[in-house]
Amino acid sequence: MIKVTIDEIEIEVEPGTTILNAARMVGGEIVPPAMCYYSKLPGTGGKCRTCLVEVSAGSTADPRPMPKLVPSCSTSVMDGMIVKNFTSERVFENRGGIVEFLLINHPLDCPVCDQAGECHLQDLAYEHGSSKTRYEEERRTFDPIDIGNTIKLHMNRCILCYRCVHVANQLTEERVHGVLYRGEHSEISTYIENIIENDFSGNVIDVCPVGALTDRTARFKSRVWFLKPMEAECSCSKCSGKAVVWMFGDEVYRVTTRKDEYDEVEMIDGKPGWICNECRFEKKDLSKWNITGPRKIDRHSVISQGKYETKIGRHHKKTE
Amino acid sequence: MAGRKLLLDNVHIPGIETFEVYRNNGGYKSVEKALKSMTPDEVVEEVKKSGLRGRGGAGFPTGMKWSFLAKPEGVPRYLVCNADESEPGTFKDRYLMEKIPHLLVEGMITSSYALGANYSVIYIRGEYFWILDILQKAIKEAYNNGFLGKNILGTGYNLDMIVAPGAGAYICGEETALLESLEGKRGNPRMKPPFPAVKGLWGNPTVVNNVETIAAVVPIVNLGGDEYAKIGVGRSTGTKLISACGNLVRPGVYEIEMGVSVEEFIYGDEYCRGIANGRKLKACVPGGSSVPILPHFLVTKTADGQDRLMTYESLADGGFATGSMLGSGGFIVFDENQCVVRNTWNFARFYAHESCGQCSPCREGTGWMEKVLNRLEHGHGNMRDIDLLAEINKKIEGNTICPLGDAAAWPVAAAIRHFREEFEWHVNERETSQKRNFGLISEKNNVILTNS
Repeated sequence: MIKVTIDEIEIEVEPGTTILNAARMVGGEIVPPAMCYYSKLPGTGGKCRTCLVEVSAGSTADPRPMPKLVPSCSTSVMDGMIVKNFTSERVFENRGGIVEFLLINHPLDCPVCDQAGECHLQDLAYEHGSSKTRYEEERRTFDPIDIGNTIKLHMNRCILCYRCVHVANQLTEERVHGVLYRGEHSEISTYIENIIENDFSGNVIDVCPVGALTDRTARFKSRVWFLKPMEAECSCSKCSGKAVVWMFGDEVYRVTTRKDEYDEVEMIDGKPGWICNECRFEKKDLSKWNITGPRKIDRHSVISQGKYETKIGRHHKKTE
Repeated sequence: MAGRKLLLDNVHIPGIETFEVYRNNGGYKSVEKALKSMTPDEVVEEVKKSGLRGRGGAGFPTGMKWSFLAKPEGVPRYLVCNADESEPGTFKDRYLMEKIPHLLVEGMITSSYALGANYSVIYIRGEYFWILDILQKAIKEAYNNGFLGKNILGTGYNLDMIVAPGAGAYICGEETALLESLEGKRGNPRMKPPFPAVKGLWGNPTVVNNVETIAAVVPIVNLGGDEYAKIGVGRSTGTKLISACGNLVRPGVYEIEMGVSVEEFIYGDEYCRGIANGRKLKACVPGGSSVPILPHFLVTKTADGQDRLMTYESLADGGFATGSMLGSGGFIVFDENQCVVRNTWNFARFYAHESCGQCSPCREGTGWMEKVLNRLEHGHGNMRDIDLLAEINKKIEGNTICPLGDAAAWPVAAAIRHFREEFEWHVNERETSQKRNFGLISEKNNVILTNS
């Protein structure tokens, strides 16, 4: 076990743990935001740069500070490392810069976006963004693409986190879902708009941190904060059958995986609880599900109202 | 200073690109010497002694890089030559490979032996398709003459070598992106650590070196590391290829001894012979497009009045406030008739085009800078934009996965630092700026020390 200090909180972790995962063991404000890292998808991380933290001492053996900010999702902790996240002015400033970069080409169409209310970019912009844009140029635009009958791709909203690419890489050997072009012209695309031919392809919707990949069977039905998230089970031969159904009255509007506080899929029986396309897109009838209880959405989003109020409360305190 | 040549000494000999002529002029001696009379560690030791530093731009000591190579049992190791030379202003490797391809092949064999690699790859820029043929021919000749393949020169050492062309991406010159590309994937840089020396090509320990670095191993083995280290000044040893371009009387590729003064290099008879058409020097980018630009009064003298030399240290003297970098040796010279804003826009356009789009600051930031500079250059900018550029710069620099973000940010930051007057003139004199160029900036008004 090695000791690491994050925002003046000391914790002992296994060697090889990343700074981000060490911070998640503590929880709370010291956890850096992560837009591209997804612990259940090997190979993700390092791309969005929102999780940059300051390392003010590398280790006990070499206590020099690291000159650059480091991505906490892919930097392993060392014994005696001292990390600053929300206690660092520099981190705050640079994270604001990253959020600005992510937003300059984002359409900000939250009022018509299905992700609104559970969107990471909204949370991030709320905490670090500025209220005004300095971007005077034309934003890049794409036409929305249908990936099969069930998934819609809005490239305009995409922040190129590559999470869906990693899901597709896990599902199939063929390179059917990836990134075309480069630089600011990069776009997520499926090979000539093919469907990813797999029973679990719908999970790309759940890993998307923004509203770039949405469920065509649930689009525009309702804002998420009007829905009741309920834990539900069904007998399914392909997946665990454990999911969250989002209900409006007695109607099932949409089905998603069970996600933890970092919006990652929960482990069910020691495996990531991905759900199959049949459960997600076809079982929109309450008779097919056995409701086991209400689902607490433990994220800083408008769905969990209590949390929303504390955020606003804290914000007001700061400005006063 | 008499220019001693180690790499391009025989380049003028007709037919030097063929094996026979090259061999008759002392070629492949280093392979014989290394394989027959030295152990791999001795070769590495010579390279360490020579003080050779990577010629690709960063200037990292090659011997040290080689000694970092992990050597687990039963795992193959690779040497990869980075011939993906695509930096605007840099064309030294092209000249070397075109004229004297066997020098690279010889260096590759000697270096592979030193690293214990039995398979090496030359990754060449896709646009250099004709050099691909030249190198393949050279490698074939080396195979036919027993310098490649099984049991080289009867020493029991086996080595296979291939040339792999890229598909035309600047980013694939970044070593991990190069390895991704070699593996047949999209050329996105990898997260570091792990470094290629531990986990490189196909997950095995790999050393990636620039063409010129590998070629320099040949004279190091032939002369001995100590002898090589005698050339040059301080920690900049040996000779360096400089590709000089821009408004010079005699642009081209020169092999210089480290320590030639910049003044002599620009004005000397042996080198570039001054600025073309009798004009005055305005600015200079001494190490390829990604290094900071220097105004005329900082090119030949450092900020504290000393002569600036063509070495890693002297060109970097004063940090980024008043210095630059030797970089990859792409020496770009501007005369008084050139527009720095236009040039900065041109560089920014290049980086926006070549960003891989993997990490957000570089993907969005390079494009944003290009658009703002485009407006400024064409007379649609305002004062706010100049500060905005400096702000964007700060947010990109150091926050990206690979050095491309820094490379895009530095030239813009330096141009604003030294040529702010000219940027402001483009805003204040919109119409005039579209008709004529600003000319020289004044030395007096340029407050350089406040912007460190």
